[in-house]
Amino acid sequence: MKITRTKAFKIFFTPIWESNPISGQILGICSALAVTVQLKTAIVMSLALTFVLACSNLLISLMRKHIPRNIRIIVELTVIATLVIFADQVLKAFLYDVSKQLSIFVGLIITNCIILGRAETYALGNPPFHSLLDGIGNGLGYSQILITVGVLRELFGAGKLFGFQVIPDGFYALGYENNGLMVLAPGAFIAIGLIVWLQKTVSKE
Amino acid sequence: MENLIGIFLNSVFVGNILLAYFLGMCSFLAISRKMETAIGLGLAVTFVLSITTPVNWLVYYYLLAPGALSWAGFPGIDLNFLKFIVFIAVIAAIVQALEMIIDRYLPPLYMALGVFLPLIAVNCAILGASLFMVERNYNFIESVVYGASSGLGWMLAIITMAGIRKKLRYANVPKGLENFGISMIITGLMAMAFMLFSGITL
Repeated sequence: MKITRTKAFKIFFTPIWESNPISGQILGICSALAVTVQLKTAIVMSLALTFVLACSNLLISLMRKHIPRNIRIIVELTVIATLVIFADQVLKAFLYDVSKQLSIFVGLIITNCIILGRAETYALGNPPFHSLLDGIGNGLGYSQILITVGVLRELFGAGKLFGFQVIPDGFYALGYENNGLMVLAPGAFIAIGLIVWLQKTVSKE
Repeated sequence: MENLIGIFLNSVFVGNILLAYFLGMCSFLAISRKMETAIGLGLAVTFVLSITTPVNWLVYYYLLAPGALSWAGFPGIDLNFLKFIVFIAVIAAIVQALEMIIDRYLPPLYMALGVFLPLIAVNCAILGASLFMVERNYNFIESVVYGASSGLGWMLAIITMAGIRKKLRYANVPKGLENFGISMIITGLMAMAFMLFSGITL
């Protein structure tokens, strides 16, 4: 059997493109918009979210036979909140300035609907290994959109990538201007809208 | 007083919790298809925000902040790192309690808001407002005003969106841009309109 046919492969790769959590399932948009002014914050946020999502899926899947049905949301939130506190403390210790820029958005991973959504719809009914793969796959799908938006906004908004100037001075001398709108909130909404349009058009063909 | 009016105008218009800080997007996109439900959810969010933000203020400054436990004789304890889990627990508990109280004493209000209340516990606008309240060092009165006016700002945004979407049904949207794509772009244009208020200084 080819590797592309196995179930694990499918679980891992569908959320990256076809049923992408942001553009396909419309989950977790708040943070996707807020942290993408710079590429660096977008990448750190993606890593934090992928970590929390993979671990929460794994833990909840391990406990799925012991969680009583009517208190499952509380149990899930407790697991997620614990992981988020862990991620937040690690960021504060090792990447203090990025953690300051992300401000409250690391904490808001708790209410990010991707995590609760995957826990509810996938981890509660599937074995740990597949849940872990599903978590990582969805995390990467989220990261892919975040990084695309981050590149677009930093490149066109500030002419930089990772804080280094990319667009040569000659362009500015010829009258090129940074698009200040991209750095502001409306730019984020419009950028995501256009990316989704592109993705839907491409994947239909 | 001037300060409070400033916080109010800022959180309804310029620093709108949805259009400038992107909080509560998921329910905003999902619930803005119909005007009635948009108004219901908007009211529920305003209601819950005006209660949870001040309550979380009390919890934070009397239990969690560095040195907050000095009234109990533990001045050296800093439970700041617990704020995420405590805030979300407080919010979930308040939402649950509100649901029961409204159901018992105000049945007409329950009919209007009942279905939305459970959704709200995981709306990031609610947790976000509590976290912003800590980050911006608001005092108690300011946190009351901030909570209520953020809720109003959110409600204003979702009602506007529901109105625009109603008109959008008659528009010819390109394939692939329907639903999600066009909603994002409209929200972007709305955010741009709200930014016009940022020129006003108080």
